[in-house]
Amino acid sequence: MPEATFLDANELILNMGPQHPSTHGVLRVILKLDGEKILGTECVIGYLHRGVEKIGENRTYAMFAPYVDRMDYVAAVSNGLGYCLAVEKLLNVEAPPRAQAVRVILTELNRIASHLLWLGTHALDIGAITPLFYVMREREEILNIFEAYCGARLTTHAFRIGGLQYEVYEGMEKQVKAFCKMFLPRVDEYEELLTENRIWKDRLVGVGVLTAEQCKQYGVTGPMLRAAGVKWDIRKAQPYSGYEKYDFEIPTRTNGDTYDRYIVRIQEMRQSVRMIEQAVDDIPEGPIMAKVGKVIKPPVGEAYVSIEAPKGELGYFIVSDGSTQPYRVRVRPPSFVNLQALDTMARGGLVADIVAIIGTIDIVLGEIDR
Amino acid sequence: MRKLLRTIFLVDLIQGLWVTFRNQHPKNIYTEQYPAQRPRIAERFRGAPRLNINPETGETLCIACDLCALACPENLIVVSSERNKQTRRKELTTFTYDTSRCMFCGLCEDACPVDALELTQDFELASYTREGAIWDRQMLEEGPKPTWYRY
Ligand code: SF4
Ligand code: SF4
Repeated sequence: MPEATFLDANELILNMGPQHPSTHGVLRVILKLDGEKILGTECVIGYLHRGVEKIGENRTYAMFAPYVDRMDYVAAVSNGLGYCLAVEKLLNVEAPPRAQAVRVILTELNRIASHLLWLGTHALDIGAITPLFYVMREREEILNIFEAYCGARLTTHAFRIGGLQYEVYEGMEKQVKAFCKMFLPRVDEYEELLTENRIWKDRLVGVGVLTAEQCKQYGVTGPMLRAAGVKWDIRKAQPYSGYEKYDFEIPTRTNGDTYDRYIVRIQEMRQSVRMIEQAVDDIPEGPIMAKVGKVIKPPVGEAYVSIEAPKGELGYFIVSDGSTQPYRVRVRPPSFVNLQALDTMARGGLVADIVAIIGTIDIVLGEIDR
Repeated sequence: MRKLLRTIFLVDLIQGLWVTFRNQHPKNIYTEQYPAQRPRIAERFRGAPRLNINPETGETLCIACDLCALACPENLIVVSSERNKQTRRKELTTFTYDTSRCMFCGLCEDACPVDALELTQDFELASYTREGAIWDRQMLEEGPKPTWYRY
């Protein structure tokens, strides 16, 4: 931001964050205001930097797997899947069908959990406090499934390179099915609370518009891109982990405003339930681990794998020099890339809208700062 | 006209309020009264560590192979052993486990060939000092002692 021309009589600089509850973590946004109008924003990030990529260079492939969970901790399972797929690509192995089906179930459950948390906090920021309690109730059920499956609720470390460590626990299918059955009416309930609510609509419709063209320029992916009308979902475009077997739709909208992004995410939860129901109905029999050695030592080479994480395209680029440790790990985190669009979306809006716009990007600072 | 009436009578807001009202029923209480009521922890939960002993003889199951220490990404397990002159077997002398640095990933548990090291269902790891978070062999063998509160 040009500092020199900045402070004329009508302009005010305001710091929002890093300890602001609705920046969803430790994000500092410098706002340039003219009264209530936003003339420009600048994000200051890095408060949560832990050097995860560097840690990866000092750990063996198997040891690094738990660390990736700590980037996007709201969707730890998706992170784990992306990393495992990237190393599997380097090793040139594929997880057996049974492992793939279980992976799909867990990642889709995680997508629902992530969207639920987003919905709760986004609504809370805007002033609707009630949905937060309801989404936490449903998220709890998902976390219980994670806990029973892999022994942790948030930083799950559910998958291992080459497949799974844990066999499906007894009664998992039943628990997942019961969740799906319980969950769909609950989504209707959230919609009843919010979708037609006039305060909700007044706060969201037409706020933070990002057109498809702008999305492409910034590299914005995920629900934000789909709300602008681009039918792009990596699960359909470049299927991984057996996603081509499942029947689902890509929900899209056309306006690209905050309200459309809300609708897209709500629809995505329904589609995820659809996928989970298909996957849980036939989990193929067989081994859960492909043949990988005890010591993982991929050949010299590099691999990039991207998956559709709840927040957008999550990519892992790993360079191997033939030793047991990666030479370089690079992560393409969706929130980091999506956050760039904040300035475009907020410019010309009102101060009150910035909270809605930060919420709608669905950022997790652990992933932005890594 | 219909839209106007709906707007005047706040139909959209009342709809939402009705959802809130439906959830008022006492059977919809989800809060756990934590210290009084213990949560149900899954069997596979990765919590406080324990070093298993043979319940009959009281001897440790650990064969001091050091695999857990090698598997740990945080390098927080220290195993030391001594070679027994008579049986020519390695015997465990000390075992320390720094719970303050542990991230409960479960890699050490998976690496153990004899199921000696196990992460248990206990989750209350708080201690008053930093040293209290470093568990020695005796603490690990006794296993975690969950606190029971009485009212
Ligand atoms: S759980 Fe993970 S971090 Fe903790 S001691 Fe075991 S391997 Fe190390
Ligand atoms: S891996 Fe198991 S047997 Fe080997 S040193 Fe560790 S606890 Fe003992």
